[in-house]
Amino acid sequence: MCLAIPGKVLEIDGRTARVDFGYGATREVDVTLVDVRVGQYVLVHTGYAIQVLDEEDALETLRLWREMLGYIEPA
Amino acid sequence: MEKFSGFKDRNLAELLRGRIKELTPREQVKICHVCGTHEWTITHSGLRDIIPESVSLIAGPGCPVCVVPAREIDEAVWLSLNGVTVATFGDMYRAPGSEMSLGDARGQGADIRVVYSVRDAVAMAGREPEREFAFFAIGFETTTPMNALEIPGCPENMSFLVSHRLIPPAMESLAEMEDLDLDGFIAPGHVSTIIGEKPYRRFPERHGMPTVIAGFEPLDILMAVYMILKQIKEGIPRLENEYSRAVTFDGNMKAQEATSKVFDVVDGAWRGIGVIPSSTLRLKEEFSRQDARRRHDIEVGPGRDIYPGCSCHLIIIGKITPDECPLFMKACTPEKPKGACMVSSEGTCRIWAYREDL
Repeated sequence: MCLAIPGKVLEIDGRTARVDFGYGATREVDVTLVDVRVGQYVLVHTGYAIQVLDEEDALETLRLWREMLGYIEPA
Repeated sequence: MEKFSGFKDRNLAELLRGRIKELTPREQVKICHVCGTHEWTITHSGLRDIIPESVSLIAGPGCPVCVVPAREIDEAVWLSLNGVTVATFGDMYRAPGSEMSLGDARGQGADIRVVYSVRDAVAMAGREPEREFAFFAIGFETTTPMNALEIPGCPENMSFLVSHRLIPPAMESLAEMEDLDLDGFIAPGHVSTIIGEKPYRRFPERHGMPTVIAGFEPLDILMAVYMILKQIKEGIPRLENEYSRAVTFDGNMKAQEATSKVFDVVDGAWRGIGVIPSSTLRLKEEFSRQDARRRHDIEVGPGRDIYPGCSCHLIIIGKITPDECPLFMKACTPEKPKGACMVSSEGTCRIWAYREDL
């Protein structure tokens, strides 16, 4: 029930956006609850975007984890 | 979605597994999560098998369908048998009431509509003004704001049977159950996108329990386990947010505002658990028209939550695992469920039913 799927915002028209969930699946999503721009990623729950995903934070988190774990990128 | 694919990195998971092993103390550690999606990831990625045996990952009341008391399903059934079209999510369709589910009511001629979103229900009510509609509004903090948005302006022929529940008060009741003896919490990522970090502070501060907000990739959960074990080793319980790519400190303020505009927080019953203080929502007085309970004279009894022999009440609080229930995969299967935990795709029994090793 609390499942939320990430998708990329393709276009916004008022409170509705068209969101690409990958593999060609797009759907209309209500974006009333978030401040989002075209090109950003949102988490979608029962047809509503509940949060904008922070790409920079995601990359920084992964960088920190790799550093902490002594991870070496495969060549 | 390739930008976020790093969170599926197998090599990183392998390194993390090694760190978890190093940090695991000799005595048993019980880490509880409260989210059906976490349970799905843990079970179907085999995480319990790759971490040391002395670390138990326990599934708490994380299925919003499973914790709706039978009495409230009886209310929805009553409405549906008394001329009201009831719209709800698919998982709620088969959830057992005291005598019957909404699916059974449909068999008796009731008009039940399964929807993906409350938007669909609002659109249906708008298209069919001659019919009376009720939306059976279940779900945790993740699902509540959508209903809060739609309630003020919903069509005249539509009301809401509100059955929402709040997660932190349920975590509080688990933390207070002495015989559960939990050592840490993995807090639910998507509930947290809405409520932010603050509501979980009480767990490290009042109960001395390390608490980590986590996402839903196997790597997220392994990282949460690692962070909790590290806190235990250091002896400094605190609140940490592993899922910072989606969860901010304040959460989604628009969603919180929409919710508090429409609902009051009240004490309420949870199926198999009992009454938990300040854990459910009721529509404010000014939204009486939209409140199915004020709009219709619903007549139901006290409700029977647990089918004889069913162990859902113990499984919901993580006291036993599904395979310890005598009915599991014998009298109670996904095709013919007896308990609510076997009905919903987020129910612990339903998730375990599809394990290949059982």
